[in-house]
Parts: sequence; C-alpha cells; structure tokens
Amino acid sequence: MTSARRHKAVAYAVTIPFVIVLAFPFFWMAVTSFKPEAQVYDPTKVWSFHPTLANYGFLFHHTDYVRWLRNSSFVGLMVVLITLAVALPAGYALARLSGRVGRSMGVGIFLTYLVPPTLLFLPLSRVISQYFHLSDRLWSLIVVYPSFTIPFAIWLLMGFFKTIPQELEDAALIDGCSRLGALVRVVFPISIPGILTVVIFTFSLVVNEFVYAITFISSAENRTLTVGVPTDLIRGDLFNWPGIMAAILIPSIPLALVYNAFLNRFIAGFTGGAFR
Amino acid sequence: MMGVVAAAQGSRRNRLRYVMERRGFLATLLVSPAVLVIAALVGAPLVLAAYLSFTDAQAGSLTGRWVGLANFRHAVHDPIFRGALWHTFLFTVISQIVVIVCAGLLAHALVRKFRGRWICRFFILLPWAAPIALTAIGFLWFYDPQASIFNWFLIKLHLVDPQHLPNWLGTPKAAMSSIITVQAWRTIPFATVIFIAGISSIPEEVDDAAAMDGATGLRKFWFVSLPLQLPIALVAILFGIIFTATDMIVPFILTNGGPFNSTQVLTTYAFQTGINAGNIGEGAAIALFMLPVLAVVVIGMLVFARRAEVT
Repeated sequence: MTSARRHKAVAYAVTIPFVIVLAFPFFWMAVTSFKPEAQVYDPTKVWSFHPTLANYGFLFHHTDYVRWLRNSSFVGLMVVLITLAVALPAGYALARLSGRVGRSMGVGIFLTYLVPPTLLFLPLSRVISQYFHLSDRLWSLIVVYPSFTIPFAIWLLMGFFKTIPQELEDAALIDGCSRLGALVRVVFPISIPGILTVVIFTFSLVVNEFVYAITFISSAENRTLTVGVPTDLIRGDLFNWPGIMAAILIPSIPLALVYNAFLNRFIAGFTGGAFR
Repeated sequence: MMGVVAAAQGSRRNRLRYVMERRGFLATLLVSPAVLVIAALVGAPLVLAAYLSFTDAQAGSLTGRWVGLANFRHAVHDPIFRGALWHTFLFTVISQIVVIVCAGLLAHALVRKFRGRWICRFFILLPWAAPIALTAIGFLWFYDPQASIFNWFLIKLHLVDPQHLPNWLGTPKAAMSSIITVQAWRTIPFATVIFIAGISSIPEEVDDAAAMDGATGLRKFWFVSLPLQLPIALVAILFGIIFTATDMIVPFILTNGGPFNSTQVLTTYAFQTGINAGNIGEGAAIALFMLPVLAVVVIGMLVFARRAEVT
C-alpha cells in the first residue's frame, strides 16, 4: 500500500509543475481578457481589478470576429464532409486488405500526411489563382485542405476498422448481405465513435491551419479565425490586448474539451496501425 | 480492368454483382478516389515545386525561364539563407530535446491513476488543442516590452534589474530562445500523448516478468523499460522534428524572422522570398531544402513500421 501511495505522490509531484507551466499562458490570457483597458499594462493586478465583459462585447460588435468564426466553421464543415466521403471507403479497404499491399499502401498514404504545407504553398498559390480562379475565396481552402486531412483521416480510420472483428462482417455476408451492404449496414454503425473522433480531429486540423489561409486569402471578410486575429486585430493601430486574449480563448477552450473527451479514441486510432 | 470489360458483356447485372463481390476489385474501387486526391493535391504540387525551383518564375505566373541550379547557387551564397539553415537546426534540435525529456517524464506520471487526472490532462492538452496561430499571439503579449508578465516574475525573483529589462523579441539571442520556448511549449502535449500510447501498449506481463527476475528500480528502468520505450521515443522525436523544422507559425507570428534576420528559418524565408518579394522560383528552391529533413523522417518512420511488422 505504501508503494501505491508513493507512486501517487510521484505522479502529483511531476504532473502539477507541468500543469502550471503549460496552462499558465491560458490563465493569464483569461485574466487579461476581463481587465478594463486602463489596468491592462499593470501585471500586479491579478485578482484586484474590476472585471468587465466590455472586451468581449468589443470583439463581437466592432470587429469581423463573428464572421471569421463563421468562415472557419464553414470551411471546417465542408472539409470534414469531403474527407469522410473519400477516407471512409479507403480506410476500410486498407484495413481489410490483408498482407503486404494493404499495409504498405496504408503507410504510404500516412507518409503523405508528413509532407508539409510550407513545401507546397508556393506552387498551390499559383494553381489556385491561375487555374481555379479561387484566390481570396473560402473555396480555395476547401479545395486544398483535404491534402492533409484525407491522409490523416485514412490513417485513423484504418486503426479503428482493424479493431472490428472480421467475423461480424462474415455473418452479414452469410445472411445475404453484399459486401457493400455489410459495410454500410454493419461496419459503419459500430464505427460511429471512431468516425466521430475523425470528424473532431479533422475539424480542428482545419481550424488550426495557417499557412494556406494566409497565402490564399487577402480580404478581411474572407479570413478564417487563425489569420483574421493576427492580421486584423494585431496590425490595427489600436492594440486591444484584452479583446485579442478573448479572441484566443473562445475557440481554444471548447477544442481542448473535445480533445480531452476523445483522447483515448484518438490514441487508439492513431497508433492502431503501429503499436499492437 | 479485365473484370470491367467482362462485366460489360454478357448478362450484365449478374456479372456486375459478381465483380462487385470480388475483394480486389472492391478494394481498388474504394481506395482509388483517395489515391487520386492525394496525387493531385500533394504529388503534383511537389513536382511543381521542384520544377519552379529551376526557373526564374515571378509572382503571377507558373512558368519561367529555365535557370538550372542558379536559384540554389544563389541561396547557398546568401548569408541570410545560411543563417536560416542554422536557425532551423537550432530551433528544431533544442526545442525537441526539451520536449522529449518533458514528455517522457509527464507521460509516466499521467499513465498512473490518481485523483484529478482528468482535469490535469485537460490543462496539459490545452497548448496542443488551441490553434497555435492564436496562442502565439498570446505570447506576443506575454513578451511585450512594456508589460511582459515574464519580466514581472523575473523582477519579483530579483533575477533582472528593473532598469534593464530584457526585450524578449527585440534582441537576437533572446528572440531565438523565446521562439524555441513557445515551440517546445506547444509540442510537449502531443509528444506526451504519443508516449502515453506507447507505454500503454507495453504488456503488463513484462512488468511481472521483470519483477520475477528480480529487476527493480533503476535496473528495471535501464534494462527493461527503457529499451521497450525506445521505439516510442523515436516516433515522438520524428513527429517533433517534422512538425518543427517545417512549421512557420511560431517564428512567423512572433518575430517574422527578425530582429536582423536572427530568427529567420527556412519556412519564413521561403515565404518572404516567394510571396512577399514575389520570387516564386527562388522561394521554391529555399523551401526544397526541407526535403532532406522530410526524407530522414520518412525513412525513420519506415524503419519503425518494418519493426512493428516483424515483432
């Protein structure tokens, strides 16, 4: 028993300092976001200030923030739909293709996820404007983002589908289902938690993206969240720091909540092909 | 393809049904859209990037005069580019050493069950879950020359002289350490997650067997736990390298290469040359210097995949 207690003590002793260091920036952002303009530059006022929601009001009523939120959500939603349509069948097929071919194709597709946007944005910026005539349109992002969400989603889905026993499908086949029918009626319904995980992480990859968004989009009303806040809230003459802090916290907290809720599933899928 | 032709002739519906039930055909049908999309969105731009780097293409066009290796030669003789190579190296290596040590420690603590683990995990995941382009702006504020919260701590701890406060992003050395700190901060959670995955994949029998053989404490750690975790550490390092060496968000937002190009990395320099200055060909050549990093990581991943297959 004493050893168990010691284990716990060690766990706390390691975890708590890390929690403080990693989460402190968010604590300080939250404090700043509630401060009245006059007290912003005084760090000594941690607790003793008059909290105000004025900064949140400013953000929502006097900037394009709501528009950027809407843009990011729209792009996220469209990319999630495209990604699922392409990655679901592919992930399933690669998980079930036994032997070397399936495995090496899976690994190959995963490796394309590692090709960074910073290597591709120069040629893509030209292709987008010259051939697709999509410069400064949200659709330019919807077209390009699947380049990294699809390999990522296929990899996760492969991991999930591998955990579904083959016998379940065989039973459906014996009962007279076609292979495609077994896929739609048996496999997809029991993979819903896995699919939901893919939806969440794909959406957050899209919301996080910065390089393509800053290259393709040039007008304020078409910006996404990650580009709108740094370019239009920062480069303005007035540095409304509390408003900016609010703008950072609003998307971050919900994202962290869903990450935490789906973390175990994410780990299972992400490592499904590698660790067994 | 033979199957398709055969299905087109003969009694159509039955043939088609037969073909659809064949595993190979169905698999090809299901995978090919993904392969096509990836080829178009990753493969083609990659080839195009390589092509552009041999031309003098300017903003507004996708073609240029073939200039051979001139862009690369120009880059190699450019002091800013050489600086960028060196800074990319420093930025990546230092931040990832910090990340691996911290994530290893943290993961071992987090796999244990203790009260409040959920909320601890929530706080630890925050830097990873929050969009880095946004949190980097937060750091712009924490490093603010007039109101830096870090300076306030340092003054309280009597580590700096209030008359000579460090200007975190305004002086070359401090700027480099500042961006490395932020990069390490945002990578630790993801590396921790990979470590947790790896640790939980080690079967409990190993622990029991080690105990049976009398291996405890440091000996067990050195001879049993560490070798088993080496592949996991390798995977975390590979991800860390690729996501740091090829990422431009943190340096772009915090310093944009400044002051005096002291934090210029490959990605920010490629952006400035290719987009801001409009020399697409030269920008592409600079960005292509990331390929060796990518190659090393890919080979590492393949070795890992092979090992996982064998065991």
